[in-house]
Amino acid sequence: MNAMPPAPALSIQGLSHSFGPQGVLDDVTFSLPVGRVGCLIGPSGCGKSTLLSMIGGLSEPTHGTIAHAFRHPVFVFQDPCLLPWRDARDNVAFGLKAQGVGRNERRCRAARLMEVVGLAPDDVGKYPHELSGGMRQRVALARALAIEPDLLLLDEPFSALDLGLRRQMQALVRRLIDQRNLTAVLVTHDLAEAVRLADCVFVLSGKPARLTARHDIARPFAERDDGFVHSEVNRLLSDPATARALAVEDMGHGGGQ
Amino acid sequence: MNWVRDRASRALDYLWGGWGAAASLLLLTALWEAGHAAYGTLVLPSPRDTVAALVRMGGDGRLLPAVVETTGNALGGFVAASLVGGVLGAMAGASDMMRRLLQPIATLMLGIPAIAWVVLALLWFGGSGLAASFTVVVTTAPIVFSGAAQGVRTLDGDLRRMARAFRVPGPMLVWDVYLPHMLSYLFPALASALALSWKIAVMAELLSGAGGIGDGLATARVQLDTVKALAWVLAVVGLLLALEYLLLEPVRRHLQTWRREAQGGDSAMTRGLL
Repeated sequence: MNAMPPAPALSIQGLSHSFGPQGVLDDVTFSLPVGRVGCLIGPSGCGKSTLLSMIGGLSEPTHGTIAHAFRHPVFVFQDPCLLPWRDARDNVAFGLKAQGVGRNERRCRAARLMEVVGLAPDDVGKYPHELSGGMRQRVALARALAIEPDLLLLDEPFSALDLGLRRQMQALVRRLIDQRNLTAVLVTHDLAEAVRLADCVFVLSGKPARLTARHDIARPFAERDDGFVHSEVNRLLSDPATARALAVEDMGHGGGQ
Repeated sequence: MNWVRDRASRALDYLWGGWGAAASLLLLTALWEAGHAAYGTLVLPSPRDTVAALVRMGGDGRLLPAVVETTGNALGGFVAASLVGGVLGAMAGASDMMRRLLQPIATLMLGIPAIAWVVLALLWFGGSGLAASFTVVVTTAPIVFSGAAQGVRTLDGDLRRMARAFRVPGPMLVWDVYLPHMLSYLFPALASALALSWKIAVMAELLSGAGGIGDGLATARVQLDTVKALAWVLAVVGLLLALEYLLLEPVRRHLQTWRREAQGGDSAMTRGLL
């Protein structure tokens, strides 16, 4: 789909950020080609989500530049953030309404997308409190896809789901990314999830976050089985910089893996 | 199609629920009749005599003007209280400083007995309908204030962030995100304020003698006419019931569809409207 040496679609140069005297990000530089999934991994609270919100244009860095040609970045958060007073279909259509799409068309498109993310036709008129956690996250995913994004920013979207559901949702998201040739940045603190989903893993250290390692995962998503994920996690952890960055979490938060 | 069927079945449910209310009201009427049989007409006139008196008052043109007058006083005060309480409450919800400034005043005003406000209003505005409206404003505005403040203060920060991420334009942010959330707090406050405004208006009218249902009650008291007094009470109760079941309850049900399961037991009786 892309030319042989893919051009960087997202390029981050010398990015630093601080909240008052507290440094959050320190000289972070990386790039990601179109159609790839990049993963930011690091200890909890190290500034991954801050970096993601800067990529999405929700906040400005103190120093450095973020360059990309994406026109429709979209977020999927850990909490589905659905409006409790709107039914599932109107929640999916929320972003379309913000773009000024007419009522009939947006409802039509929303219903179609709900099917794409695996929701039943019966779920269309249900309110968020009538949906399970996994279904709510599917609604949130459909809401993100509705605005036809070219950049998907995933802020730990699977971490509130139980293991079986998480695997299902991971497969669904990766399939949709490949089908639609989206570029995605995933924030997670789970190395196995990073290895399962991403093409490039960027490891951030604790506060202030620095980029300490970058790993490419070449094998196509469809061929990444449990054995591969397991051996790849071990390979990544054999890199001292990666092990050190992720061990901070084990000491500080009792382990998040 | 589903939507229509859903609406129709909900409306039927609502009407069917009316049997329960009717049964409890009929039971009350039976107790009333028993009280009448035990204590006689002077203490407790029979329901039949009271209704007859009400019909007579309607026939000779006293009931309707009084109802209109009281409704005007109550609604006028209620609208003003909603605007003042709603705007100040929203400000208090949005800013900590405003809340620290306004909350003590609201608490203080809630603490002053309504009857004290009536006396002050009579001294300031004389025996006009303005005294009744004023009393309604000062007694109900703090209730609306609290509801509005809580509504704004409790809006989920995640929802705000989500709306920002989807680049939601300002008017849609208010209409789709802020308002529905605020209404779930504001509506119960408005419902209590509206019901209270009627009772306060009648009380103020009773003391000011400037017309309305309260004035009718005062006259009945002077004439020691228990039947007429009860007939006026029946008129107020009828107004409140109509307001509750024809206006507030349907609106409440409509607004709360999205959390129907969390609802229950929030009827007029439990909130002490009568």
